[in-house]
Amino acid sequence: MKKNQIIKKSILFAVCILLAFMFVFPIIILLLNSFKSLKEIYMSVLSLPDALNFDNYKQAFSELDYFRSIRNSLTVTITVTAANVLCCSMAAWVLVRYKTRTSTIIFTAFSVAILVPFQCVMLPLLSLMGKLHLISMPGLMLVNLGFGSSMSIILFHGFIKNVPAELEEAAAIDGAGQIRVFFTIVMPLIRGISATVAILCVMSLWNDYLLPSLTINKKGLQTLPLKTFLFFGAYTKKWNLGSAALVMAIVPVVIFYVCCQKYIVKGVTEGAVKG
Amino acid sequence: MRKSKGVFWLFLAPCLLTFLLAVVIPMLTGIYYSFTDWDGVHSNCDFVGLRNYIKVFQDSYFRNSFVFTILFVIVSVCTVNILAFGLALLVTQKIAGSNLFRSIYFMPNLVGGVLVGFAWQFIVRDVFDSIGQMLHMDFLRGWLSTQMTGFWAMVIVVTWQMSGYMMLVYIAQIQNIPDNLLEAAAIDGASGFQQFLKVKLPLMMPAFTIGLFLTMTNCFKLYDQNLTLTNGGPSKSTEMLTMNIYNTAFVTNQYGQAQAKGIIFLIVVALITVSQLLTTKKREVEM
Repeated sequence: MKKNQIIKKSILFAVCILLAFMFVFPIIILLLNSFKSLKEIYMSVLSLPDALNFDNYKQAFSELDYFRSIRNSLTVTITVTAANVLCCSMAAWVLVRYKTRTSTIIFTAFSVAILVPFQCVMLPLLSLMGKLHLISMPGLMLVNLGFGSSMSIILFHGFIKNVPAELEEAAAIDGAGQIRVFFTIVMPLIRGISATVAILCVMSLWNDYLLPSLTINKKGLQTLPLKTFLFFGAYTKKWNLGSAALVMAIVPVVIFYVCCQKYIVKGVTEGAVKG
Repeated sequence: MRKSKGVFWLFLAPCLLTFLLAVVIPMLTGIYYSFTDWDGVHSNCDFVGLRNYIKVFQDSYFRNSFVFTILFVIVSVCTVNILAFGLALLVTQKIAGSNLFRSIYFMPNLVGGVLVGFAWQFIVRDVFDSIGQMLHMDFLRGWLSTQMTGFWAMVIVVTWQMSGYMMLVYIAQIQNIPDNLLEAAAIDGASGFQQFLKVKLPLMMPAFTIGLFLTMTNCFKLYDQNLTLTNGGPSKSTEMLTMNIYNTAFVTNQYGQAQAKGIIFLIVVALITVSQLLTTKKREVEM
């Protein structure tokens, strides 16, 4: 019996390793080829590079305008995430605590909207943004807040529903106004779900491509996915540069993952299960 | 607590206004535009009734991309969820390093669609080709040059990217199943396989509801990977609906038709996902 167990565990372990290899295989291939010259790639995409040659990285670094693209991506991601967590928790709180028909209707509207695909509103949205002179980075941020609010409000709403109102009422009896009640009593209570919402926001905003590609047309303001896309437009088939660029574009994500892994796993699970 | 209407609207205002701007107003005007000859350039457009919708159904590229998208969604939903469920069962077996394996399987999900698409374009086109050459496996050669290989390349990419995410959903549910239920089944003489089939699987239904819903909506809405992996090629044969809508608007300037396609797309996605939610919800059992 015991021997059987050991054999079973070893087989499972081997399967895990094999699968892990399949999951990291693309990254390994990119790493390998990012150190090669174009000639070496033509010879073989599977061989080890002749030497650790960083020329590709140097060129990709300047072509991607790496630090500026990252800064632009960070600006959009952080601003919208912060605004989203703050505004959506406020909105969800009043939607839970005010039990009126208006609040039910508004909450239903937010919930139904998660089904709307972007392509369905893309054209009228662009024309509306054009009319309001919002084809710009601030415009992009405003619209992203609107798109993100559905999911975030659903998550906050689901959580706040189960927070008893007694604490808030006690504070109100002590003379605190509603706004103070929210910031001093409610905000600390919903820290956990706020982290979840923030993680989900960061993940979707950081990788967003289509909306930024339609709204950011100034050079120097492009986010990392945009810049990567343009880079490949200019260097099709030069996979030595391409793989270096991809490795560099993936690095921030890996750093983020290593730093906040616990929150990410928790956030993604909660976001899926409760949303 | 004294509740003032002012605070209600004040707290709601930022979300509500941006939501109106991003979703509600475009949605409503979009329905109107889909019945006009809007070209995106001129602001005055005439009402043309159902003409856009009729044209859309006569558009053979749209029909092809509709069929392609549906097939892609069906196949990917299966591959993603089967692999994800398998992974979830595997890493909950108390083997060494299972946390590390979990992290690795989930990692691709964080990488953006644009990067993933380009990376896999290189893999399926060049790396598959040289593996095929090395091992004399001809089916690995010339990927992305036919509709078939483009289709399977997209399925592989989406499976690689999404299954780690669904795995987390399934793990959460597996850990929710109390051990004493499985023990009780074991005492009653259920074999390992019977325990799995009769106890674990029914209790997993809530996770399947979520997993299927999420993969389905994500696959329908897929755009970035399609754009960077196949770009719809060869000759539009791997164009998903999202890309077809985009190109109808920005390549051929038929905004009205593109908008009609958008509305059809919304109706299809909503009908399919909602009916999926309702059918799998019915199969959930109380613990």
